[in-house]
Amino acid sequence: MTENKKTDVIVVGAGPAGISCAITIARAGKKVVLIERGSFAGSKNVFGGAIYTQPTKEIFPDFETSAPLERRNVEHKFAILGEDDSTVVSYKNKTETAGSYTVIRAKFDRWMAEEAKKAGVYLVEKTVVKELLTENSKVTGVRTELEDYCADIVILADGVNSLLAKQIGLREDIQPKDVALSVKEVIKLDKNIINDRFNISDDEGCIYEIFGGPMLGMLGLGFMYTNRNSITIGLGITLSELVERGIRPYDMLEELKKHPTIAPLIKGGELEEYSAHLIPEGGYNKVPKLFADGVMIAGDAAMLVNNLHWEGTNLAMISGKLAAETALEALNKNDFSAKTLRLYEEKLKNSFVMKDLKTYKDLMDIAHKKSDAFLDYYLRTVNGFFKMFTSVDSVPKRQKYYNFVGTFFKERKFMNIISDIWHGIRLLWSILKWY
Amino acid sequence: MVLEDKLFTVKYTPDTVSHLTPDNEMCKICTNRICTKICPANVYEWDETHQKLIVNFENCLECGACRIACVKQSLKWEYPKGTKGVTFKLG
Repeated sequence: MTENKKTDVIVVGAGPAGISCAITIARAGKKVVLIERGSFAGSKNVFGGAIYTQPTKEIFPDFETSAPLERRNVEHKFAILGEDDSTVVSYKNKTETAGSYTVIRAKFDRWMAEEAKKAGVYLVEKTVVKELLTENSKVTGVRTELEDYCADIVILADGVNSLLAKQIGLREDIQPKDVALSVKEVIKLDKNIINDRFNISDDEGCIYEIFGGPMLGMLGLGFMYTNRNSITIGLGITLSELVERGIRPYDMLEELKKHPTIAPLIKGGELEEYSAHLIPEGGYNKVPKLFADGVMIAGDAAMLVNNLHWEGTNLAMISGKLAAETALEALNKNDFSAKTLRLYEEKLKNSFVMKDLKTYKDLMDIAHKKSDAFLDYYLRTVNGFFKMFTSVDSVPKRQKYYNFVGTFFKERKFMNIISDIWHGIRLLWSILKWY
Repeated sequence: MVLEDKLFTVKYTPDTVSHLTPDNEMCKICTNRICTKICPANVYEWDETHQKLIVNFENCLECGACRIACVKQSLKWEYPKGTKGVTFKLG
């Protein structure tokens, strides 16, 4: 191991967490090597579709004018799909500045990595980190396929599978119930057709969050995003659900694409790319130990995802930044022990990242327990209500209300309804109570 | 659309050796062989005649679901080499 392979910080993984981390360190004038296994930053990265304006600005203040963006999202639609029918709630705001933008990761992450290089980050691509080097249980560097690199601090931003965090015992193996398997398709469509179908203009974008449909009763959600000249459609289903039912994720996506509410939106489009990725869903209770001697974990590798709000890249960026700030303090003190790096955990706890995860810490447990209620029966009930409310068939309205309420109690046992309400209150309380 | 057509849209630079190495003895006694069902690229197929798990690693999307879902925890799952595997153009 030669001395010239020694740097201040090594960051593993050039995604939003890794790049945000590396650029923050480089901007402070420290030496940082960013190692990416793909042929370029972004080439192994997949997500639903949107990056968030405010957190992205914290790292890249001018990204809105210089980054490769697809569309600025002005509308969120929440679609509750029955087997054939649907209820869609929409929130649209064209006047305020966009809260998020759709991006293509192969372009956007690559742009972020270029910005990092300009700031002085030494980016090493096409390189897999095989293992972490340790000395007296302190992480001292990384071993790649070709050579060893040494550093005072190693930051793991190597994504949801983080084999490295597992190697040093910071993370236990993920359980199938704590991760969702997502498949998605990017479907090419003419810009004007997209604008017409989604009722948007110019570079405006529309997001669909999809409940039910082929996923009725399953812990899974669908999504659609509009890109400049394509539509992204996909779904994520908790892996344990797929395992228990032995179903193929792409079969579910095919079903979703055929749904009468969805099919006209993508009609005539041509598949440009199919992809798959895991989403950490364990939440607060599954966040691993975030630091040890000479090492910290950020982004998906640390399971930092707020699945209810479709947030991940923002938690990744901010956690990367906070890990970088901690690394800088450690470098100034010349102390890279867990004692100093504990500051990272404190910073995360004081930020929205851990606060949000804590807010929803009971969500997934209740969702697992109650998927037959909240992701099936009540979704059907919403559609059933509107079906009743909109039907005109010479049946007196009062009769219809009585029938609706009668069916509601007939099709779900009273005890189950009480239990649903109890879990609903419990969830609400866990979200709203002040710590 | 069938899976083959979907995978046709994905850019691969396949290695000559597999980055996915199941322990076939465990596969033989595995009751559900869930990898053959949940993989989004249908990488795994069970060959009943030869009692062997066929691994079409060239099609792997590198999501990692098989590693986590494997009941026997007997799948050696590594990333492909730095220049190999999938390249997402629109991820």
